[in-house]
Amino acid sequence: MKAIEFADVSFRYEEGGPLAVSHLNLSVEEGEFVAVLGHNGSGKSTLARLSNGLLTPDAGSVRVFGQTVNEKNLFDVRSQVGVVFQNPDNQTVATIVEDDVAFGAENVGLAREEIGKRIDFALRAVGMEEYRHATVARLSGGQKQRIAIAGVLALMPKVVILDESTAMLDPRGRREIVDVVTRLNKERGITVILITHFMEEALLADRAIVMNRGELVMEGAPADIFERREELVTYNLALPHIGIICEKLRAGGMDVAYTLDAAVLAKEIAKCVS
Amino acid sequence: MKDVSFGQFYPVDSFVHRLDPRLKILFLIAYIVAIFLASNFYGLAACAAVLVLIVIFARIPFGKVLRAIRGVTFLVLFTAVLNVLFYSGETVYWEWGIFCISFEGIIFSLFLALRLVLLVVCSSMLTYTTTPVSLTDGVESLLTPLKWIRIPVHEIALIMSIALRFIPILMDETSRIKNAQMARGADFESRGLGKKIKATIPILVPLLLSAFRRADELGDAMDARCYTGGKHRTKYKKLRFTWRDAVAFLLGAALIAGVVVMKIYLPAPY
Repeated sequence: MKAIEFADVSFRYEEGGPLAVSHLNLSVEEGEFVAVLGHNGSGKSTLARLSNGLLTPDAGSVRVFGQTVNEKNLFDVRSQVGVVFQNPDNQTVATIVEDDVAFGAENVGLAREEIGKRIDFALRAVGMEEYRHATVARLSGGQKQRIAIAGVLALMPKVVILDESTAMLDPRGRREIVDVVTRLNKERGITVILITHFMEEALLADRAIVMNRGELVMEGAPADIFERREELVTYNLALPHIGIICEKLRAGGMDVAYTLDAAVLAKEIAKCVS
Repeated sequence: MKDVSFGQFYPVDSFVHRLDPRLKILFLIAYIVAIFLASNFYGLAACAAVLVLIVIFARIPFGKVLRAIRGVTFLVLFTAVLNVLFYSGETVYWEWGIFCISFEGIIFSLFLALRLVLLVVCSSMLTYTTTPVSLTDGVESLLTPLKWIRIPVHEIALIMSIALRFIPILMDETSRIKNAQMARGADFESRGLGKKIKATIPILVPLLLSAFRRADELGDAMDARCYTGGKHRTKYKKLRFTWRDAVAFLLGAALIAGVVVMKIYLPAPY
């Protein structure tokens, strides 16, 4: 089943302004892990906001599990499609972890016992059980962002969209988030849309999409996308670090095969040196 | 800047922490009434004794209590000095124009200073032992009758809790902006009121802008988590009266009764 479907969607933020998203056609299957790449202003965040009805398209339609998003089913759509944003400080409502995770579940009017179960589930899913009674402000960036994911998971969504949720984190925090998201996708079958400008993160996805000026310009398996180096550069995107190292080595006259896997590259280098 | 303890929850598990927030709010009100009812040192001593009990049972370190007092030192000293100078008592030690220092004046200002300190410590005990969420839950619950006259009680409570949550974040941001402006040559050291006011502009403008941006993002994040106001909302934490609350209630009632009795039967020595 198609989790999210964009049919010829266009959107602009202000009358007469440029199209933030233009004639976008895109569908994401249930259970898929999709990475959305793009430079600043490419329309990738707009894509996230259109997916859960925070924005309404000017033309075309957005369907979530077959249901066209409109004013009446916003509630339903938002509990199926959770969005985690960039700044962890600006998306926690409460001071204590469990109160914040409970926020969404309280909003949809669940019973007390059920909310308790949801908190257990959500915190376990992001590996933060022991922080249930902690103060959010005292956590690290990666932990705060895991709490934000838990807050979304408490609504039991089928799709989780991360809108540059790793952009403000240090490398360790980024790894935590990517690990959590990968596990959610593999173990619980939650559809994940990871919007990022870190190329490394895209490698873990089933499919990668590149956006440029509101248009979908590249689509395919991440490894294939990164093969098309010249094209990526025209969209202001760089290769993952491993790819850059490969290129430099080859430019320097070392005969290594082009790869995006650190282990493979290490073997290649060993072959050349011996 | 970072060490702002106002409104900061101190996370330990204690008798006082577990009390119902509604009871704590009502207790604070009762306590304030008791402080102002007390007309002699016996009454205040009783209030102070109760407060010491509360601090012990709340397991709040003594340093935290001192910090709360430190915040109002200036106010307390200022009012005390003014009171000493302007109170016209009978046993006068020193006189100059409209100023006079008398025995009664000293006693009176000491009395007032003590009242202020007790008031501040007791109020900060409320915020030390109550999370902003349960504090606002308490306020919301206590204000429920106002819903009948269409006052948006839930929204007010939510605004309150979000404001409390963002205090430390905005404090951090203020010092960051201040440093950034200093790095660009802004002058915050100059004396003189005019210059001082002028110096706050390069801090206030970016701070306000950022606060609006944060509010916008928070609004989106709340929308994304299905927030639509208080209508269909349920509460995870239910407020419940327990035996602890009964004990605290009795203590509060006893304090007021005690202060009133002392007011009537123990004539003030001063």
